Amino acid sequence: MTYLAKRLLTFPLILLGVSVLVFLSIRLIPGDAITAMLGTEAGMLTPDQRASLAAYFGIDKPIWSQYLSWLGGLFQGDLGISKIYAKPVMTVILERFPLTLELALLSMVIALTIGVPLGVLAATRNGRPSDLGVRLLAMIGQSTPSFVLGVLIIFVLSVYFGFVPAMGTFTPLFQDPLANLGQLIFPAITLGFAFAASVTRISRSAMLDVLSEDYVRTARAKGVSTMSVVWHHALPNALIPVVTLSGVEFGYLLGGAVIVEQIFALPGLGRLVLDAIGQRDYALVQGTVLFIAFNFLVVNLLVDLAYAVLDPRIRLGGR
Amino acid sequence: MNWTHSRKLVTGLFVATAISTAAFALPVEAATLRMAWAQDATGLDPHKQTAFSSLRLLELIYEPLVRLDTQLNVVPAIAASWEFAPDAKTLTFKLDPKAKFSNGAQVTPADVKASFERLLDEATAAAARSNFLSIESIDTPDAETVVFHLSTADVPILASMATINAAVLPASEITADTIATKAVGSGPFKLDSWEPNAKEVLSANADWAGGKLAIDGIEVTVLPDETAILASLRAGQTDFALINDPLVATLVPNEPNLQLNRISGLAYNVLQLNPSRTPMDNLKVRQAMSCAIDRQEIVDSALAGEGKVTGPLTAPAFAEDPDTLFCYKQDVAKAKQLMEEAGMSGGFTAKVIAANGEPPVAASEAQVLQAQLAEIGVKLDIQMMELSVYVDTWLKGDFDMAVAQNGGRPDPYPMYNRYFTKDGNLLQVSNFVDDTLDSLMRQGQAETDPAKRVEIFHQFEQHLTEQSPWLWLSTSYTYTAQLKTVTGFEPSPTGTLFGLTKVSIQ
Repeated sequence: MTYLAKRLLTFPLILLGVSVLVFLSIRLIPGDAITAMLGTEAGMLTPDQRASLAAYFGIDKPIWSQYLSWLGGLFQGDLGISKIYAKPVMTVILERFPLTLELALLSMVIALTIGVPLGVLAATRNGRPSDLGVRLLAMIGQSTPSFVLGVLIIFVLSVYFGFVPAMGTFTPLFQDPLANLGQLIFPAITLGFAFAASVTRISRSAMLDVLSEDYVRTARAKGVSTMSVVWHHALPNALIPVVTLSGVEFGYLLGGAVIVEQIFALPGLGRLVLDAIGQRDYALVQGTVLFIAFNFLVVNLLVDLAYAVLDPRIRLGGR
Repeated sequence: MNWTHSRKLVTGLFVATAISTAAFALPVEAATLRMAWAQDATGLDPHKQTAFSSLRLLELIYEPLVRLDTQLNVVPAIAASWEFAPDAKTLTFKLDPKAKFSNGAQVTPADVKASFERLLDEATAAAARSNFLSIESIDTPDAETVVFHLSTADVPILASMATINAAVLPASEITADTIATKAVGSGPFKLDSWEPNAKEVLSANADWAGGKLAIDGIEVTVLPDETAILASLRAGQTDFALINDPLVATLVPNEPNLQLNRISGLAYNVLQLNPSRTPMDNLKVRQAMSCAIDRQEIVDSALAGEGKVTGPLTAPAFAEDPDTLFCYKQDVAKAKQLMEEAGMSGGFTAKVIAANGEPPVAASEAQVLQAQLAEIGVKLDIQMMELSVYVDTWLKGDFDMAVAQNGGRPDPYPMYNRYFTKDGNLLQVSNFVDDTLDSLMRQGQAETDPAKRVEIFHQFEQHLTEQSPWLWLSTSYTYTAQLKTVTGFEPSPTGTLFGLTKVSIQ
């Protein structure tokens, strides 16, 4: 059996485990959809009124029965109906996913475009002032929380430039690319800033390792130019940890950048799941978390496959 | 900074400005009000929704029989006039013949009857049902008249009807069971679209009996972070916004293009004691705590001065001077003496629950209270909770003390009968039964003379503060902020946005 097939076979098992965990954990939080909707006024309900609402929200049956019913739907591709949106959960997720995917990609592009060259620069100038400067910048990037940077960006834009990115809605890329970029560029910078810092640090340290390898010394001894040694011989090997980091980070970002989406009021997956938890929309929380877990599994698989492409010495699934 | 750096910075700023101008400049639409709020509505059924933002949205779409004006007087809405029988057991309404639903249908007595029957039906699960339990039957003798027959004299029922939780719905939509999904009201606006937690689009209802509006519609955007709302206002991309956080509100007047609307609300901040637990079951301990706190300092420190010290009655028609209430001037010596008399001179430790961000000042209120009560040996262990967790704990009465912000009503009876009458629905929260309070509440319910009602409820307030089951602290302000190009908005102590019907954009 191929490596790919083995990995794909583990998917349903992992997703089943995730489904049990998310199903139970959302129900372990005190409060339910009724108190989430009515707040303290829920105390004014009579037992009959409460029973009527519980039936409406589908929380009147035992938990195991609710789970089996949900699981049954899942096997038929039905994630349930969201109570907040009064739509199938999958429809709501697919409405939100393009924004989250685009935001993740954009912030990744920003992070890699800045992070890899800076990491290489720092490694090739190890111990010099420019290396120290890059390391300091990376440290600042990693230790600046996204909510500080996001609020700061909005503050600076609104106070000094008199504008803010259009917030609250999302213009799809193919509908109006300029408006779309205008909405996403600053959230992507906010997200990409810390990510770029991590990429810089990882690239630098991987490059330092690779630059001390025998084959690099040999290449230099043969008179290959420094540029060629760094960019053609060393960099591809130094990229493996960067790919790992990017894969993990991208997987997280596909789950939605909750804080950044909240600050910039972007209707992405992160905000969707946050609102769903707050309003105890069980079907939506379950469906979204499962979707995020699936994304994570796929991204991790792609990262593993990318290793073999980047470094032919790696044989996936072999001995 | 050297010249090269300056030049780079200037270039950077120029490029950023150019990009932003191209990407973000929005055309100004004079007739559509661009509004923002942090919390979105949670549903469309006016009989079921209790969330602040849901009420604010639905008040623009639906109408009750009567509504409250900005002075909290009951004024006509769907009903043009009304009259109580001398025994206050019959309430007759004459409907406004111009009242129409947004689907063009006339509002009829049959719609009113169907709406109240739906409200009273337990299967509807309407939280406001408890305010209308005195309704025995409803008659519709002609095309303009609705008669409510009550089982007991119930004067406050009129004020209870002046909320969107008692909205009149089309009987046809009730029968079709579409109230939760389709908003067909007789209010000033029609709901064109709603994307939960993101956006609402409303357009002016040309059939509204209240007349023609100066704006074509409202686009509501949900911006969860209030600093982002302020930024959006500052940038002129939002015309009008609801602000909850007093600290954000205090920043609005600094902006030359913005105007802050501030009005004292009916909701009250309170430290609820749980008198079913020791030592809060001891009157002297409760009184000692009341004497130990400095309410004005709490307003100044925790609310940044944005509030007013209050007693239990917050509606202007009933409120008394707080200085006339028991121990409203801090008296630590008296507090210590009361603790000693209660045998608690060594103090005690109690857990106080508070909700994250609800109200926004809950955590700082709890901290100031903690510092003040420490002076008499009461050590507060503050437990901050996510709102739904807090609500669940609060409804079970599972706390020693709770920092709360409870909603107010223009009439004291519906405001407090739930907590302080012997059959109150929220007795498990107040855990306090008192014969005098119960008796005064019932007198206030039946009394038709307004002056006598004020007198009865003043006695109620004096007795309640002496008993100190809760320590009332302050009322907060309700805030809206707007561009100065927006004119005509009238804020109301109830927080309603009905004042937007008078708004125009220059």
